[in-house]
Amino acid sequence: MNKQRTHQRKDTAFRYLALACTGLGLLVLALLLYDIFARGSGRLSWDFITHLPSRFPEKAGILTALAGMVSVMVLTMIFAFPVGIATGIYLEEYGTRNRFARILEINIANLAGVPSIIYGILGLEIFVRFCRLGNSILAGALTLALLILPVIVVSTREAIRAVPRSFREGSLAMGATQWQTIWNVVLPSAFGGIITGLILAISRAIGETAPLIVVGALVYVPFIPEGPLDQFTVLPVQIFNWISRPQAGFATNAAAAIIVLLTFTFVLNGIAVYLRHKWYKKVKH
Amino acid sequence: MIKKLAPFLFIVFTILLLSACFKAYRSKIRIDGSSTVYPVTEAVAEEYRAEHGDVKLTVGVSGTGGGLRKLARHEIEIANASRPISRGEIGLCRKNGVEFIELPVCYDGIVIVVNPENDFVDYLSVSELKKIWEPAAQGRIRTWKQVRDTWPDKPLHLYGAGTSSGTYDYFTEAINGTAHSSRGDYTASEDDNVLVQGVSGDRHALGYFGLAYYLENKNILRLIPVKNDRVAGPQEAVYPNDSTIMQGLYSPLARPEFMYVNLEAAKREEVKEFIRFYMQHAGKLVRELGYIPFPEQGYRLIQQRFDAQHRGSLFEHRSHVGMNMMDFLKEAE
Repeated sequence: MNKQRTHQRKDTAFRYLALACTGLGLLVLALLLYDIFARGSGRLSWDFITHLPSRFPEKAGILTALAGMVSVMVLTMIFAFPVGIATGIYLEEYGTRNRFARILEINIANLAGVPSIIYGILGLEIFVRFCRLGNSILAGALTLALLILPVIVVSTREAIRAVPRSFREGSLAMGATQWQTIWNVVLPSAFGGIITGLILAISRAIGETAPLIVVGALVYVPFIPEGPLDQFTVLPVQIFNWISRPQAGFATNAAAAIIVLLTFTFVLNGIAVYLRHKWYKKVKH
Repeated sequence: MIKKLAPFLFIVFTILLLSACFKAYRSKIRIDGSSTVYPVTEAVAEEYRAEHGDVKLTVGVSGTGGGLRKLARHEIEIANASRPISRGEIGLCRKNGVEFIELPVCYDGIVIVVNPENDFVDYLSVSELKKIWEPAAQGRIRTWKQVRDTWPDKPLHLYGAGTSSGTYDYFTEAINGTAHSSRGDYTASEDDNVLVQGVSGDRHALGYFGLAYYLENKNILRLIPVKNDRVAGPQEAVYPNDSTIMQGLYSPLARPEFMYVNLEAAKREEVKEFIRFYMQHAGKLVRELGYIPFPEQGYRLIQQRFDAQHRGSLFEHRSHVGMNMMDFLKEAE
C-alpha cells in the first residue's frame, strides 16, 4: 500500500516536472518573440520590403535579400529534391541489406548532424574556387543543397518505410513491376511524409547563415539578381550584417527582418503540419 | 503524383519567368574586403547608384586578407583594406600578373573608453596602455592601482578587439610594438557592439574599439584622451576628433584605410568614374559614418595618384603605424 503511494507520488512529481520543462521552453520562446516584435513590428511596412539596402537605417529595405533568398531556395529545391528523393527510394526499395548498406545508412544519418559551417567550407572549396562559380547564387544553392540532402534522404526513407508491406505485395502479386509498384502504390502513400520532410529541409535551409557567409553572401547587392551567376545576399545574412552596425536603427531593422524570416519559416512549417495531418487521415481509411 | 506536383512546378516556373524581366547593365564593378571600409564604400556605392544605375556594383565583406587575395586572383576590381597590402600579398599579385593602384580613403580612430561611473581616469599614456595590454601583463596587471599609483585598488576588466580584426592588428602594433602580440586574458570580440555593451555594463571596464561605435553610444561610455609619451617634446593628452586625427595629433591610434584598384580595371571608364565620384564625396560621407576624412587637398592628391596610374604600395618597405598620411602623399608626389 505504502509502496503504491510512493509510486503515485513519483508519478505526479514527474508529471509536474515535465510540465515545468515544457513551460520553460515556451516561456523562453515567448520572451524571444515578444522582444523581437516589440522592437521590430513598428518598422515593418511595404517600403521595408520593397526598398534596396541603404546606409540610412530608415531607408534600408530587404528587397535584394528577399529576392536572393527566393532564388537560392528555388535552385536549392531543384538540385536537392530529385536527388534526395531518388536516393531515399533506392536505399529503401532497391538496395540490398548488406554491410555496405549499413555503413551508408550510418554515414547519411551522421551527415545530417554535421555543423553547417563545414558544408560552407566545402562549398567554398568546391563550388566557389574549384568550379569557379564565384560568390554566385548557383554556388550558394549547391552548398545548401548538399546541406539538406541527408535530411531529405532520411525523411524520404522513413516515409517509405511507413508504407505497409502488404501494399507492395498486393501490387507485385497483380503482376506489376517493381517500378510500377513504387510509382503507383508506394510513392502516393508515402507522399505526405516525403513532402513534410522536404518542407522541413527547406525551412532549415532558409535560416542558414554561416555556410552562406563562408560562400560569400555577406555583400552589398543593390540590384535584383538576374541569373544564377549573380552575386546575392539572403535574409539571415542581411540580419547578421545589420546587427554588427554601430547605429541603433539597424538593430530595429534586424528585428523587423527577423519577423519576416520567422513568417517564412512559420508558414513553411504550417504547411508541413497540415500535409502530415491530411496524409495520416488518408492512410487510416 | 505529377498532378499534385503541378502547382509547385507552376510556382517555380512563374518565379523563373519573373526573374527573366532583366534590366540591362552596362558593366560590373566588384568590390570586396575589409569590414571597416565596407560602410564607406557602401555609402559611396549607394550615392553612385543614384546617378549611374546602369553599373552593377557589389560590395562584399570577406576581410582585408580575403579581399586582397581575391584582387590578386583577378576575381574583383577593387579591394577594401584596413591596412596596407603585405609583402606576401604583393608577391602573390606579381605572380599572377596583377598590378594595382593604392588609394588611401580615410582614417579610422581607435578609442579608449571606460564606464561612465569611472571618474578617476583623466587620461592614459601610450606607455600605460602598453603596461596594460602587453603580453607580459597577462595575469599580472589586474587592478587600476597597478597602472598608476594614484588610482584606486579596484579590479581592471579589459575589453578589446578579437584576434581576427584589423583593429587588433593595428592596436597591438601601435601600442605593444609588434602586431599580434597582446595579453590574452580579456573579453575579445570581432563585433564592436558586444564591446560597447561590455564596457557600458561593467564599472571596472577599460576597452578599445572603432571610433564610429563610440560616437553612436556616447551616453553610455566615457572617452579617455591619450597622451603619446613616445615622442620627444611637450606632450598633451589628446581626444580623438576630426581635427586632432586630421592633423595627426591623435597618434598613434588613428589608422588609415585603403582601397586597392586593379590597374587593368582602372583603365575602364566606369571604374574611373566611380573613383572620381568616391574622391569627390568621400569627405562628406566618411564623416557621416563616424570615420575621419583627409583634408580636401588629400583627396585631390589621391585623385592625381589615380590619374597618373601610380602603381605599387607606399608601405612596402615601411610601417604605416602612427604616420601622417598627408606627409606621405605630398612626399610621394
